[in-house]
Amino acid sequence: MTYLSIENVGISFTRSGRTNEVLRDVSVKIDKGEFVSLIGHSGCGKSTVLNIVAGLLKASTGGVLLEDKEVNSPGPDRAVVFQNHSLLPWLTVRENVALAVDKVFKGKKSRAERSAWIDHNLSLVNMTHAADRRPSEISGGMKQRVGIARALAMEPKVLLLDEPFGALDALTRAHLQDSLMDIHARLKNAVIMITHDVDEAVLLSDRIVMMTNGPSATVGEILRVDLERPRRRLDLVEDATYTHARAEVLEFLYARHAKPAIAA
Amino acid sequence: MANTSTIAAARTVAVAAKPKRAPLVTLATLNTIAKNLIPPVVVLIAFLVIWELLCSRPGAGLPPPSRVVTEAWDIIAHPFYDNGGTDKGLFWHISASIQRVALGFALATVVGILTGTLIGQSEWAMRGLDPIFQVLRTIPPLAWLPLSLAAFRDGQPSAIFVIFITSIWPIIINTAVGIRNIPQDYRNVSAVLRLNPLEFFSKIMLPSAAPYIFTGLRIGVGLSWLAIVAAEMLIGGVGIGFFIWDAWNSSHISEIIVALVYVGIIGFILDRFVAFVGTLVTRGTATA
Repeated sequence: MTYLSIENVGISFTRSGRTNEVLRDVSVKIDKGEFVSLIGHSGCGKSTVLNIVAGLLKASTGGVLLEDKEVNSPGPDRAVVFQNHSLLPWLTVRENVALAVDKVFKGKKSRAERSAWIDHNLSLVNMTHAADRRPSEISGGMKQRVGIARALAMEPKVLLLDEPFGALDALTRAHLQDSLMDIHARLKNAVIMITHDVDEAVLLSDRIVMMTNGPSATVGEILRVDLERPRRRLDLVEDATYTHARAEVLEFLYARHAKPAIAA
Repeated sequence: MANTSTIAAARTVAVAAKPKRAPLVTLATLNTIAKNLIPPVVVLIAFLVIWELLCSRPGAGLPPPSRVVTEAWDIIAHPFYDNGGTDKGLFWHISASIQRVALGFALATVVGILTGTLIGQSEWAMRGLDPIFQVLRTIPPLAWLPLSLAAFRDGQPSAIFVIFITSIWPIIINTAVGIRNIPQDYRNVSAVLRLNPLEFFSKIMLPSAAPYIFTGLRIGVGLSWLAIVAAEMLIGGVGIGFFIWDAWNSSHISEIIVALVYVGIIGFILDRFVAFVGTLVTRGTATA
């Protein structure tokens, strides 16, 4: 049974009388516990797909089914980790996670259980030591960890990651990718991650959805990455499957669907 | 031998350095204090001297500072006396004024933030209310007084209303701007969490717009203090405005000058107080 199904999703925006079709006929089916990446050139509508799944945007055509039920408004069952972390700066790290936990589990967990659950999720991303600091007092990588903790704490059916590591330096990014793989191995959430980093996509994903360029962008190709888990980045450097998958994605992005030079 | 001599040398260095270092620090602090304190003191003294010189001539309209102090010494030295009626010390007049401002300003804060939120949130409310507000806010505070006297038939609520109507506009406008500037990210977070409107208001909107709101509050409290003196001159009763008007009617020019100094200082304190509360409340918000 398909867990999450994006079915023939299309979206158009109308601005000053001109209609601009951003997505057409995007269909992806995702299984429980599967890690799927969306990759494509910037401006191709990757984030739009994610926002439609999150319910933050309404599809013009088609729809999204989660466990065979249509979803068309945002909710904690599809938690989002935003690119720029979007932590609330006036709350401490712990309070940011607590805001989500207290809202989602009000009435389902006791106060003590909620508090323990907050601590658990902070320790999951190794942020217990900075629980009482404010977002302005921690590094970019730490903020992103807290964003992930906040999303995980909602116990989402699907975790949506919108270029979660895009704004981080390479070393921090690698470190967080490892943490994410580790967390995914433990929790087995279905994950959709947007990225434009080919290595990141191949390393983390079970399948990579490659999108064509806009306007009217759609799914160009879906690549299955048959690498055993747990994956270790050092072992993969010379792994044939890895290099092959990487080459395929690069070929798709830079040979067949190279970005037109005008739209830089 | 060599060892002891180094220790001895080190000790002399330490001894020599110690008394040297301590006064250096105090000198630096004294220096910064002096840097901040000397210019205003010098300017103030120069101002008083010029004033003294200009107003000491026979036939001068205003008393020089020396005469202000001697003539008004009674009210300077005894701010707490109370002979009943309006014959009270400056402290009582000022506290009556502050109470009016506090009440009118508190009302303006609540109504202003709620209205500003409405305007910031709803395009329709903004289109409908903004033109009206833009016209109303240009009406001078005192122009409202006859109308409010007609409506309330009493001085006290009328004065409070004037404070309210004077200070509410900057609060409304700044709150609306603050609400409109809430980053989309925060709205997305609240959408994913399914915060209800009340939770969204208290947990996202207010803290996010707080820096803007406090700018409005600071302007508002300044305007209220400007308006209260004028309003009290007209409505009478206990209050610093009435005190000044009463002093003018009894030709106690020195008392007016003392009262003005008080008005200025209290206005300054009110402004700093709101700013201080603002920095407490918005800590963290400004630096995202």
